[in-house]
Order: sequence, then C-alpha cells, then structure tokens
Amino acid sequence: MVSLILILLTSLFFMGVVIRTKSIASGRKGPGLFQPMKDILRLWKKGSVYSRTTTFIFRIAPTIYFSSVLMAIFMVPHGNNPGLISFSGDFVMFAYILATGKFLSIISALDTGSSFEGMGASREALFSMLVEPAFFILLGSLALFTGHTSFISIFTTLHYESNISYMLGALATFVFVLIAMIENSRMPVDDPKTHLELTMVHEVMILDNSGFDLGTILYTTNLKFAMYGAIISNFFIGALPLEISIPLFFIVQIGFGIAVGIIESFMARFRMAHNPQFILILTSVSMLIFFGVLMVLGRFV
Amino acid sequence: MEKLFVEIFNLLAIAAIFSFPFLKTKGRGILTLGVISIQVVISSIVALTVFAKGEAQYFYPGSWITGEIPIRIDSLSAWFMLIISFTFLTGAWYGFQYLKKYKNQSANIALHAIAFILVYTALIDICIIQNGFAFLVIWEIMALSSFIVIIFEHYKTDTLKAGINFLIQSHVCILFLTLAFMWVKIKTGSFDFLAITAYTSSQPAVTGIGLFLMFFIGFAIKAGFVPFHTWLPLAHPAAPAHISGIMSGVIIKIGIYGMLRMLLLIKTDMTTIGYFIVTISVITGVYGVMLAIVQHNLKKLLAYHSIENIGIIGIGIGLGCLGVGYGIPVLIICGFGGALLHTLNHSLFKSLLFYSAGNVYQAIHTMDIESMGGLLKRMPRSGYLFLIGSLAICGLPPFNGFVSEFFIYTGLFSALLSNHFLFTLFILFAIFGLVLIGGLALMCFTKAFGIVFLGTPRKKFDEGMVEEKPMKIFPMYLVAMAIVLIGILPLIFMPSIQQIVQLYQPGSAAFTSGQLKSILDILSSVGWYSLGFIVLVATLYYIRHLITAKREVAADSTWGCGYTGDAAKMQYTASSFVRTYRKLAGPFLMIKKEKREACGLYPGHINQVTHPHDKVETWFIEKPLLSIRKLLSRFVFLQNGNIQAYILYGLIFIGLVILLPMIIDNISGFFYLLNRL
Repeated sequence: MVSLILILLTSLFFMGVVIRTKSIASGRKGPGLFQPMKDILRLWKKGSVYSRTTTFIFRIAPTIYFSSVLMAIFMVPHGNNPGLISFSGDFVMFAYILATGKFLSIISALDTGSSFEGMGASREALFSMLVEPAFFILLGSLALFTGHTSFISIFTTLHYESNISYMLGALATFVFVLIAMIENSRMPVDDPKTHLELTMVHEVMILDNSGFDLGTILYTTNLKFAMYGAIISNFFIGALPLEISIPLFFIVQIGFGIAVGIIESFMARFRMAHNPQFILILTSVSMLIFFGVLMVLGRFV
Repeated sequence: MEKLFVEIFNLLAIAAIFSFPFLKTKGRGILTLGVISIQVVISSIVALTVFAKGEAQYFYPGSWITGEIPIRIDSLSAWFMLIISFTFLTGAWYGFQYLKKYKNQSANIALHAIAFILVYTALIDICIIQNGFAFLVIWEIMALSSFIVIIFEHYKTDTLKAGINFLIQSHVCILFLTLAFMWVKIKTGSFDFLAITAYTSSQPAVTGIGLFLMFFIGFAIKAGFVPFHTWLPLAHPAAPAHISGIMSGVIIKIGIYGMLRMLLLIKTDMTTIGYFIVTISVITGVYGVMLAIVQHNLKKLLAYHSIENIGIIGIGIGLGCLGVGYGIPVLIICGFGGALLHTLNHSLFKSLLFYSAGNVYQAIHTMDIESMGGLLKRMPRSGYLFLIGSLAICGLPPFNGFVSEFFIYTGLFSALLSNHFLFTLFILFAIFGLVLIGGLALMCFTKAFGIVFLGTPRKKFDEGMVEEKPMKIFPMYLVAMAIVLIGILPLIFMPSIQQIVQLYQPGSAAFTSGQLKSILDILSSVGWYSLGFIVLVATLYYIRHLITAKREVAADSTWGCGYTGDAAKMQYTASSFVRTYRKLAGPFLMIKKEKREACGLYPGHINQVTHPHDKVETWFIEKPLLSIRKLLSRFVFLQNGNIQAYILYGLIFIGLVILLPMIIDNISGFFYLLNRL
C-alpha cells in the first residue's frame, strides 16, 4: 500500500523533473514541475477523434495498458512493506502483466491501418522482446543471491557484504535504468523530442489517439517511470524504517529523473538498426551479474 | 465396468462405420456427430472413474503372436483421454458445420467421416492398451486414418504432397517404435509394457537410455520436436480447419503421451534424460517460434507455434525428469504438472485458433496473411475469439497459457537455487529460452492478429459481413470459456494432475504436504489476481465510459501526414512488420527474396515477395533425399518399362528368396566342416 501511494505521488512530478533537467541543461528556465501533469489533466477533459478504420480494440486498449501498469505497480514493494499483491514468483506475473498491456497497445496501433503506426508497433514488439531476457536473468540472479523468489523477500534480504556485491548492486541499478529507458521509449533508443515519425517508437504508435485516451497513455508512461524508479529505490532501501525510507525513496526517484534528463540532453539517439545490439548488451550485463552472484556465493566451480 | 464401457466405445465406432452405406450424406454427418458425442461421454466417464477410484486393469487373451493383451487405465491415460475427447467433441461440432460448404462431395465426406471416427477411436485405444504389438497396430490405424482426414482436399496437388509427406514420416516414426518394442520382446519374450520396466531395471543405465532414445525419436516425430518437425508445417495448412485444430491439439500430443508413458516405464538414469529433453525442448521452442514469425501462411504460422508449444511442454517434462534424478520434489510437481497442464491448455487455444483461421479461410478463400486486413469488422466473433486464443498462446494473463507457463517458471526458479554449478547454469539457459519464446510469441501474434484482423484490407475481397452461424461459433465459445476458466481457476484440474505426478515420484523424493500446499496456494492466487486484473480493466473502462460519455466524439480518417488517398497499400504488411527481426535472425533463417525495384523514368509495377524456408528441413530431409536420389538414378536402367524384364526380376527375387536360406545353410555346413577338421 505504501509503495502504491508513493508511486502515484511520484508519477505526478516525475516527468516534470526530467523536463526541467533538460531545460536547465540546454540553458532555459523550463516549465514547472507539474506542467506535464497539467497537460494530461487538460487532455482528460477533451473530446476525442477516432479514425474510421478503428474498432473497439482501439478504444479499450489504452485502458488495458493503464490497468496492466497499475496491476504491475500493485506488486512493487517498498522496503519491507509488501505491495498489494505479493507471492512467490510475483516478478514473473509482473513481467507478463506488462506484456499484456504491451500486446494491446501494439495491436491498437495496427488497428488504425496507418503506415507510421505499424512502424512503431513493429519496433515496440521487437525491442520489448529483446529486453525481456535481461529482466528475467537479473531477477533470477537476485533470487539466486537471496534464495527467495518474490520481490519483497528479495529486496528485504538483499544486503551487500563484499566489494563484489556492491558492484552487483550498481550493475543491477544500471540495468534497471536502461530497462526503464527502453520500456518507456526514451533517449538512447528512441527520441520523443523529434517529431519525425520515421524515428519514433512509442510516440508514433499513439498518433491517432486523442483526448481522454491520449491523456491516459501519457499518464501511464509517467506511472511506468515511477514504477521502475520505485524498483530501483528498493535496491537502496532494504529494511530501513519508513521515516528514513520515504525520503530516500523520493531522493532516488528525483535522482533517477535527473539522470534521465541528463542522458537525454547529452546523448544522441542510436540508429534504429543499432538498437537491437544495444538492448542485447543489457542481457549480457545481466549475465555478468549472474556470474558475479555465483562467485559471491562460492558456487563457481 | 471399465471393460464394458471400452468395449461399447469400440463397438459403437465399428457399428457406425458399417451403417454408412445405408445413409445419405446428411444422415452420415449427423451419425458421425452423434457417435463421436456418445463416445466422448463414454470415454469421459471411464476417465473420471479412474480419477475417482484409481487404476483399472483387465486382460484379453490375445493370440500366440501378441501374447496376453493387458488394458491398463491409469491417471495418465485418463488425463489424455479427457483432453482428446474434449477437442474431438468441439472439432466434430465445428467440422460438421465447416464441411457443409463441401456437401456436394458426398463420397469424399463419407470417407472423411469414417477416418475421423477411426482416428478418435484409435487415439483413445492407444492411451489404454499396454501391449507393444497391439499398440503398434492401433498406432498404424491412427496414422493411416489421420492421413485420410488430412487429404480431404486431395484434388489439390499441395495437399496430396503434404499428406504423403506426413504418411512417410509417420511410418518412420512407427519404424523406430517397432524397433524399440522388438528390442524388449527379444530380450524378455513379452510385449507387455511391464516387461520394459523389468528389462531396464535389470540392465545398466546405458541400455535404458538407448531404449528411451529409440522411443523418443519415434514419439518425437509424432510430437514435432526439432529436427523431426518437418511434416507439421506442411500437413497443417493442407488439412481442413477442424482437422488442423485436432491434429495440433491432440494428435501430436499422443507423442507427448508416449514419452510420458515411457518415462514411467523405463528405469534408468533420469538426470541424463532430463538434460537431454530440456536441451532439445529449448531448441524446439525457440526454433519453432523463430520460424513462425516469418511465415505468411496463417495456418503454417500456427503450425510452427505448435512446435514452439511442444518445446514448452518438453521443458516441463525434462524439468520433471531432472527432479526425479536429483530427488527434488518441487521440480517433479512443477515440471510434470506444468507439462500436463500446458498439454491441456495448448489443445484448447490451438484448436480455437485453427477454428478461427478456418472461418477466415471460408470467408476469403486464402491463407496468405499479406492479402488480409480489416477482417475484424466483417467477422467480429471469429476475430475476438482469435484474439483470446492469441493472448492465451502468448502466455499472457488472465488466460490459461499463463498459468501453465507460470507453473514451469516456478519450477525453474526453484531449481535455480540448487547447489550444482552446471545445473544452475543449465537452468539459466532454460529460463533464457522460455523468456525468449514468450517474447517472440508476443511479436508473432501481434503480427498475426494485427495484420489479419485489423487495419484495412490489403486486397479486394467481397465487402460486407461474413455470415457466422451460431452453430459454428458455439464450439469455439465453449473452448474460449474453458480457456478463461482455467486462467482464473487453475486449481480445478490440480487433483487429477497431482495423481499423475505421484506416479513419477520415487519414494525418496516424496514432498511434504507443506511444500505442495505452498505451490498450490501460489497457483490459486495467480488465478485470483488474473480475475482481479479483469475486474480492474472492467472498472476502469466503466469509469472511462462515465467520464467520456458526454464528450464530443468525431470520426475521421486515419492520420496520414497530409496524404488523404487510399492508404490500404501504405499499411505495414506482415513482412515489413518483422523486417528488423528478420535481419537480426538472418543466420538462423532461410529466406528467399524476390524483388522488382523501380527503375527508369517510367517505373512499372514494383513488388517484393519473401519465401521463408526451413533450414532444418533442407539439411535433414531435402539434401539427404537428393543424394539418395542421385545414387539411385544410376540404377534407373533397371526400370526400362519392359514387361519381360520385370517378370525376370520377379523370378530372380523369388529364386533368391528360396535359394538364400539353402545357400546360407550350405555355407554354415561348410564352416562346420572346417571347424571339425
């Protein structure tokens, strides 16, 4: 419950932090922290235009996408406070629920019959397929490290002992930051700033969404960022009491937002054709973590 | 009682077939439907009694060739009987409607119906007979009658070719099974399945592994493990839709049944077998889905997905074997349990997908994905049912595919925590494989559903709604309901699965009730959370509806960056959707591309066509066949069309047959003489 409230709170200003960082980095003052949320609120009040090609799938997909992320957030714990849903193997359901939302968002893009949106759908399907193994191997290594298979017990028993285990924590954070960037179609993989359809992934999939649905999709992106931020924060919180962990949570989230902003400001987008290689690197980093864990546990023969 | 029921079951089939000459086409159809329905009821009663009361067995005296024929119905047989029966029930109902379009081909339909009844009867009998010889005879009946049901449209060359391919490969399968049964018969003098146990437990482990490999190859051809899968992608598109559904749903599963049966009987080093099965299954799963993505024929795509799902089932089976080998109870229940549940689940969603594909085929008379599009508006019921099937086959919650995959994942992650270095690495490999399969399946089915049912048509077909008769859709609803039901209540079949898993459990690896309960609790909570997800979506959609009900809604054309002409041709096609993937996976695939580019001042018609090929098929089937053919072409002079020459060959053959034993006798007499000297 704690984590749900915290994530919902973070989702209100997270994008604001990113945009503010980017503005400052490019020498502008930038909009207020809550401006992105105000934009979404305005969209929620608007009417919509639907393409004549679309079917019911196009109308329900944003809701399912939003629900899938919300459902996934239910599973994220905060320190030693479990999420609403917690059972052994919950991270498998976490990944698969998110995949359900993704499935629907991809087919809703294909529903419009637009050439641009098909392009985005194709890329989204490929990239999310490539990023999946990294997530599972990382969680597998953490399960191996701690001997547990649910988010809450992994994070509460995760404690660093030797130098190597600190390195593992750092690598895991790195992997999660990049997973978050890829899943949200941000900078090194996709550039949401350029409004050129040919180079976009997620943005191009929602070209035909408008009004309430568009607002929902944009808000879901914020939620997703906050969710990954919450998972990252769990690497640092451990079993600390709430009065320390909650400020720490926000510090991590804001730090994460600033990091995203800085990456976006100082990095160029990769060529589309190079993205698969880049994403596969994450899997190999996760493998490194796995072998590191084996080494720490002394199971390396 | 079981004996009586099984006899009635078989007699019904025979009686139905003999009454065929006295009926007209419509009567034959109704008779087939009626007989299959009654048979389904009977076999389900038998299966359920077995689950309730435990194993049943009785004996037929048999003849001097076969020896005593034992009929043993244990929970494993009962499980497969239930799966087969349900799919045949929906398949018969759907097929009855499907074949109405062909009602002027009276003789063809009659043959089809006879073979259909035979396939079903033979499949059920295979599950219960435990005598090697009788097993092979029934297996042969099953293979031949499935050949006949596949080549329903035998006037098409492709269909006949695919059918003959199937026929040959299923006989290679029978060859291996025959060799394996003969091996045991020669060593023990009995065809009884129990002789296998007696024989392998008295021999060193290597013998058992050798015998298992022999059975494995035989059953793997039927089940479609890579590299023995090549008949599947050819036979499925050739068969009519209800047969494809049944074939993918249950006929290939009989191979899985055989494997599970042999794992029960053969006593050997289960660890080695486990490693072997998991390795080949991961390869099967990944290879199957990798090729599925690039297919342009909807049914072929689904056929490759059957291979993928066989891989997932195999991972479960292998995991269970590893559990038996290492004595880890959690692995046994998660591995075998997951495999059994996935067998059921796959039979459900795959038959649903094939039935929907059949409706598409009857609406537009093609299976080429590239020419489809926008079908959801014309045939909404089939479309949404296909969507349910797609979500389920990708293993996404809240449908049944997720439950069985989650079951296997639970096993894998608990195996990861073991102390063996190599074992841990190996499990990581399996997890990697399963995750990759999941991701690729998602890509494949977004393509299949998105391109076929969404967007606008890529070629001109008749406009207007396609008639979807309620009687044709009804069996599909039944399957869809089962899919959702298992997704939400995964535990409804758990007692049965538990009974089967107990068969595999050696005394040393019995699990405590606490362990079992924790796994069951997790599974049931997964089901409830899936239901929660459905409720969440429904609530949020209702809220959205309340908010947006009074808003202004306009309809317009799709945003085309200023272009307002006909955008149908500008849509992403099936091959462009997977283009990046195709480039990435290039080394594993074999894709021939034909391209005609625009050139000159007035460029003419441009097009690009891709033809995906199967590399394994080229290496294992086509190339060896080609070299055999080259060798044999040297002897083509023997086939000169001269009748006198043929009579001479016959005489030479008969002479040799008679003379050979005599010559051998003489030679051995000669050697005997030499020895005496």
